[in-house]
Amino acid sequence: MSITLPKVRVPYLLLFPGFAFLFTFFILPIINLAQTSTQTPIAGGDTGQYEQTFAFSNYVNAFLDNREQFARSFLYATLATIFALAIAYPLAYAIAFKSGKFKNILLVLVVAPFFTSFLLRTIAWKQILGEEGFLVPTLRNLHLMGQQTTITSTSVAVVAGMTYNFLPFMTLPLYASLERIDPRTIEASGDLYANAITTFRRVTVPLSMPGVVAGTLLTFIPAAGDYVNATILGSPNTKMIGNVIESRYFKIVDYPTAAALSFTLMAAILILVTLYIRKAGTEELV
Amino acid sequence: MSSKIKDATIPTIPFKARFSRWFGRNLLRIYMIFGFSYLFIPVAYTFAFSFNDSGKSNLIWKGFTLGNWQNPCGAPQICAALGNSIKIGLLATIFSTILGTMIAFAIGRYQFAGRSSSNLLIFLPMATPEIVLGASLLSLFLVFKVNPGFWPTVIAHVMFCVSFVVVTVKARIASLDPRLEQAAMDLYANELETFRRVTLPLVAPGIAGAALLAFSLSFDDFIITNFNSGTMMTFPKFVYVAAARGIPAQANVIGSSMFFLALAIVVAGQLVKGKKAR
Repeated sequence: MSITLPKVRVPYLLLFPGFAFLFTFFILPIINLAQTSTQTPIAGGDTGQYEQTFAFSNYVNAFLDNREQFARSFLYATLATIFALAIAYPLAYAIAFKSGKFKNILLVLVVAPFFTSFLLRTIAWKQILGEEGFLVPTLRNLHLMGQQTTITSTSVAVVAGMTYNFLPFMTLPLYASLERIDPRTIEASGDLYANAITTFRRVTVPLSMPGVVAGTLLTFIPAAGDYVNATILGSPNTKMIGNVIESRYFKIVDYPTAAALSFTLMAAILILVTLYIRKAGTEELV
Repeated sequence: MSSKIKDATIPTIPFKARFSRWFGRNLLRIYMIFGFSYLFIPVAYTFAFSFNDSGKSNLIWKGFTLGNWQNPCGAPQICAALGNSIKIGLLATIFSTILGTMIAFAIGRYQFAGRSSSNLLIFLPMATPEIVLGASLLSLFLVFKVNPGFWPTVIAHVMFCVSFVVVTVKARIASLDPRLEQAAMDLYANELETFRRVTLPLVAPGIAGAALLAFSLSFDDFIITNFNSGTMMTFPKFVYVAAARGIPAQANVIGSSMFFLALAIVVAGQLVKGKKAR
């Protein structure tokens, strides 16, 4: 601590406005969501009117009715995270170690696509890979693809879209942790007769673990709750839990089920994240 | 003489071996080209189709025109939506940067009871899927009979941007050399002067980066906005709604301009940094 103010109050004063805000607009809504999740429709009331009956069966019903979408969300999010890691790691590695004076420019280029709205980019993919794009007709003419086969409206397209959209979230933390590695540790490994592969496996990868953990979390969490990629690039057969929550809210006005689903999703993600952080053994993120 | 040696040596290495050696050396570089192509294909597509003489739905290439760039507000509602997005983005950036920077200083600079639970409270919104954040906030607004619209959206954006600001600024504070502040104190600066003339200028790039991040998160947000904005249009919402019947080329014009504008800001920032370093 370089500044040692005698007053113990200072940090609390600094925290107060922000935490008051987060308490009102993050914690309270979550508590309210928990309350909503156990409500049932008022007998004889209008649509959208609910009363508190502590119907925990809402959770059971919501989960059983949407098992498929839950499973799909976690499967797609896991796949997208793995693919994003596979693409981003060599990219981040190349930028951190092999790009010399172009390092900053390349780093900016990783973030740059961000600034074209992600919806526009997702729709661009849909049009590039769609029936009217040039790719699918070309592949069909070359008989590399069946006449009836499509790329869009499939689970492949949804996972590819998620991989694409969350790629910068994976690349940046990976780059940050790779860049921090002291090159002398890698030299030392070489001096001790480790070959390039052993050095990478035993020195570089372990030292970049904080970046791997942060990147996979920043990809997996939004991916599991996403419904935009599934809506634009998918079909009714690729609906994720986000699609269900969204339609329960806006189309069916079934707030309790939507709340129960949201809560289940959040709890599942928090449990997975906690287990994962424990296993990966880093506290740096929190 | 040297050409003689070359002539003598080249044929001794077969092409296959030479190629595989070249490939091995440049593997990462080749990989990088593929990686960046993947990132930029949709951006290039969006930019190219901003010149499409498309009429209402921008699906098939129909001919080159500058008309969309000359009249970016040509599509109904699009500039009103863009205006809302910019206003919301600026307000959300200002509030979240102030609140987040204060929290970052408290956590980054002080030891106090409740520090680790403070860290948890910052981490939680980032670990919550957007759809849960959006849906729960909307439920709260409905309970208190607040109609979704402009200000609820601003509040929602501040809420999810604060954590990202805290994390970014905190990282900058952690990387500061404490000796600089000690030196200022040794030179008889009091705490306030040290903060104003040493600490704050050193942390400023982190705060600027956090503000830029907050703006881009807010400007591009769709899910949370969709829940809390009611009938008000934002630019991402406009694109999402229009997608069903084909987005007008003007959306591509705005998307491309945002891209070049942001690139210009970042490059300018790098140049300023470079000059200062010299």
